[in-house]
Amino acid sequence: MQVDKNWTPTIVAFCCNWCSYAGADLSGNNRLSYPANVKIIRIPCSCRLNPMFILRAFQRGADGVILCGCHPGDCHYTTGNYYARRRMTLLFSMLDYLGIEKERTRVEWVSAAEGAKFAATMNEFVEAVTALGENKRLEDFRCKQ
Amino acid sequence: MQAVIKKKAIELLESGTVNRVLGWKAGEFFYDLTPAVFTTPEQIEKDFVYSVFSGANMSKYLIDESKKEGKVAAFIKPCDGYSFVQLQKEHRIVRENIYAVGLACDGMCDMREIREAGIKGVTSVEEDGETLKIGTIYGEKTMAKKDALLERCVHCKSKKVVDCDEMIGENGEENRDCGRFDEVEKLEAMSPDERFAFWRSQLSRCIRCNACREVCPACSCVKCVFDNPNSGIAQKAAASDFEENNFHIIRAFHVAGRCTDCGECSRVCPEHIPLHLLNRKFIKDMNELYGFYQAGADFESKPPVMNYTTGDAEPSIVYARGGDK
Ligand code: SF4
Ligand code: SF4
Ligand code: SF4
Repeated sequence: MQVDKNWTPTIVAFCCNWCSYAGADLSGNNRLSYPANVKIIRIPCSCRLNPMFILRAFQRGADGVILCGCHPGDCHYTTGNYYARRRMTLLFSMLDYLGIEKERTRVEWVSAAEGAKFAATMNEFVEAVTALGENKRLEDFRCKQ
Repeated sequence: MQAVIKKKAIELLESGTVNRVLGWKAGEFFYDLTPAVFTTPEQIEKDFVYSVFSGANMSKYLIDESKKEGKVAAFIKPCDGYSFVQLQKEHRIVRENIYAVGLACDGMCDMREIREAGIKGVTSVEEDGETLKIGTIYGEKTMAKKDALLERCVHCKSKKVVDCDEMIGENGEENRDCGRFDEVEKLEAMSPDERFAFWRSQLSRCIRCNACREVCPACSCVKCVFDNPNSGIAQKAAASDFEENNFHIIRAFHVAGRCTDCGECSRVCPEHIPLHLLNRKFIKDMNELYGFYQAGADFESKPPVMNYTTGDAEPSIVYARGGDK
């Protein structure tokens, strides 16, 4: 198989409005860099992340999906991220059970003050997904050009 | 058993305790018993059937039936009883309008198992203690009942009817060592590639008939996501691998914590897809990560996905847990 040296993964990052989205902003203000192929989607709370959003992202060409929310205990709505934590744990475990690479999905807690952590997390995640290669197991061939 | 149940049904109707009875009657074939509502003793005499094929879970039908005029009688096997309680917890059925008769049960049979044992041209199946007397167009055959059981009955998790107004037969006990997670463990021990191949071979047979959803007591949403005309996946056969995975992951996820493992989805799937392996994966994970939980076992507990503790495991625990061997 030919390996495309120039291939970069598409990453979808769902970021909570109250923390990680602001964290992403801060990392920009601080001129920290993370790859441009990280597409950020703002959600009101990490627990807004419907598992179908994750599957849809993979369907439409994402190679990795990451959820960033407030640290447990710091949720703007008090408990949203606790629920998100259980749901994502169960969902990731199910993806693994179906034989889909579990490293393609991740959850990180990033506060509004952690611009540096946001950039570092994204760099690391992009690297991990690049190592995995293209998402083949949850793609939809009709969505590929 | 059938005679006792029929007698009870007629008694309930005649005494005016209820004005209709929810039970089973023969469908197209004698072995595909379907749920039916009976309103007169004559109908019950004529059509009511309770046999080794009375697997159908009556709880879901109570959502509609319990909202009609008057009381309805329902016969509840132990596995149906968990769905019955779960639906009460979800405020989907009106308990006051139901007269629930619990049934002691020693297992329901699967016509597929009988056919797979090489018995063809079956015209009747009678239960005789531990054996089945099977009438065929080639003469009478016999088969041990335990070899013809539905998957869910082989691994029966409980013989206890959690909530009923009276019992026919002895009420039993829960059995946590029923081995229902053995198959899940086998899959977990495979490599991701093997698991992927296994699930492709299963899920790619799905014709999206939606029978698994229609029969499921937990899948009783008034509006289902899979009926949303804007979703691109409503009311149609899956057009790609993705749609197959999507349907099964999302359906199993939606019922996680509410699925009582009643086994109806696997029973009705025309493609014999082992859907219980998806539901049981969620149940097993929740048991291991958040403590043992059985949906529908009581009226108070909260399902694990509607609950949390501040010390829950992080999602990254999944990277470290089994599955890579
Ligand atoms: S019952 Fe079986 S074939 Fe029908 S939609 Fe469910 S899994 Fe697919
Ligand atoms: S998913 Fe299957 S086992 Fe679970 S409640 Fe629904 S029909 Fe029963
Ligand atoms: S698949 Fe989900 S939305 Fe549809 S009926 Fe089942 S639980 Fe409800």
